[in-house]
Amino acid sequence: MPTSSVFTGLSWNPATDVHALFTYPFMQHALAAGTIVAVMAGVIGWFMVLRRQTFAGHTLSLTAFTGASAAVLAGVPIVLGYFAVCGLGALALAGASGPRRSQGTESAATGSIQAFALGLGFLFVSLYHGVLNGLDSLLFGTFLGITSSQVLVLLVVAAVAIALVAVAARPLLFASVDPDVARASGVRVQLLGLGFLLVLGLSVAETSQITGALLVFALLVTPAATAQRLTTRPLAGVVLSVALALLVTWLGLALAYFSVYPVGFYITSLSFALYVLARVLR
Amino acid sequence: MLAQEFMRNALVAGSFVGIACGLVGWFVVLRAQVFAGDALSHVAFTGALAAAALGIDIRAGLFLATILGGVVMGALGDRARADDVVIGTLFAWTLGLGVLFLTIFTTNGSGSNGTAGVRVLFGSIFGLSSTDVRISVVLAVAAVAVLAVLGRPLLFASLDGAVAAAQGVPVRMIGLVFLGLVGLVAAQATQAVGALLLLGLLAAPAGAAHRLTGRPSLGLGLSALFALVSVWLGLSLSYVFPTLPPSTMIISTAAGIYVAAMSLSPLRRLVG
Repeated sequence: MPTSSVFTGLSWNPATDVHALFTYPFMQHALAAGTIVAVMAGVIGWFMVLRRQTFAGHTLSLTAFTGASAAVLAGVPIVLGYFAVCGLGALALAGASGPRRSQGTESAATGSIQAFALGLGFLFVSLYHGVLNGLDSLLFGTFLGITSSQVLVLLVVAAVAIALVAVAARPLLFASVDPDVARASGVRVQLLGLGFLLVLGLSVAETSQITGALLVFALLVTPAATAQRLTTRPLAGVVLSVALALLVTWLGLALAYFSVYPVGFYITSLSFALYVLARVLR
Repeated sequence: MLAQEFMRNALVAGSFVGIACGLVGWFVVLRAQVFAGDALSHVAFTGALAAAALGIDIRAGLFLATILGGVVMGALGDRARADDVVIGTLFAWTLGLGVLFLTIFTTNGSGSNGTAGVRVLFGSIFGLSSTDVRISVVLAVAAVAVLAVLGRPLLFASLDGAVAAAQGVPVRMIGLVFLGLVGLVAAQATQAVGALLLLGLLAAPAGAAHRLTGRPSLGLGLSALFALVSVWLGLSLSYVFPTLPPSTMIISTAAGIYVAAMSLSPLRRLVG
């Protein structure tokens, strides 16, 4: 892991340590990117947990790996692969689900899509020789070496995703809480479902660039689940979810900076600890 | 093709893994627990890497972690059907731990740097030793035996938990044992197709069978058959075209069968 190369040790002087965090450009970029991703994951994740679509979210996050490996093999920018394949994955998932399908069949379809996408990803990786180190960072992410143009792309995509959800927030909430009643009162539930999956794909594609395909999930699901344990009010829940996601991301990045262990481990452990705490309290 | 020992090993182990996955998978899909299977496959990854980091036998970590994971998930969830938020948070953390172990392993470990993680994630069916094969045969037989004993009450509890509970079927206990069984099969399949791809063997053949028939006995048979065909066809394809990894080919075949079943599912009315 490249993390060890920036290990500088802790001076135990808060002022110098916090100062050290912001000294290097790569760390500034990492913090900026982490903040953008955390805000978006907090918002989108809250709706995902509400709609009980964690399995779909996880599947999309794994298709991000396929997208990245396909892009590496084809020699196009990785970002392109992320977005294209996550979009395709969202469409496939929407096609597999439907009001008439039973839960079991639907989850079987999701599982098949996921395994197939991962299989393809592995195929691409093995066709592209000598990428073993890259494989680890595709799957588990790296917060090092984020460029300022990447931060800009992240910012734009996050703004678009959050804006889309904000515009559709009311009907989406309605359709998520009670789809039957929503359909009866003229909300286009199916269209909203498709749209949400696409936005989810978009945000997953973006998040996986920082956290890796396997760990997107930690930012999407755990803060949102914690927030929903603590409050049932929508607005407070979304705000809390964003706040928790930000907290674990910042702490995780700072801890990873001062130690040899990967950022993914810290982010997942911190958010899981908060979830357990919330479960104990409530 | 059959003259090669590694190919024979792969076929024997793959067949037994396939049958076990097909049968257990049918119940997984029936109970809408595919996501739990997904989570267990990631637990398998963490367990194997924890064992690797500690320097003990990978198989021990694998089986311990998945069986334990299944039971914990069953215990945390409502009526032994863990809900997806609990599963999601639990396994997001498990993955984080897996990354930690991977780091420990790759920074401390010597020799096989990095490849262990890839092998666990994507399987190494062509690298199985004859001991591995024997273990997977024994475990598959054990899993099928447990399923045979558990079959009727499990089916009852899955279709209508409330009525089954009223009739005195220990629904919660059965759910726990079943998730433990899924863990066992997941650990076994990890060795063949890898932690990330075993979901395909668990979900796709069973999903295809569910699309074609609602009858339990026929569905179970079809599911096992589909899984078996996927393994055989996948291994043969990978043997003929060595650049194609076997696990990808197995999963692609399974996904192909699923798509075929989906387009055939109007036939369901004829089969019953």
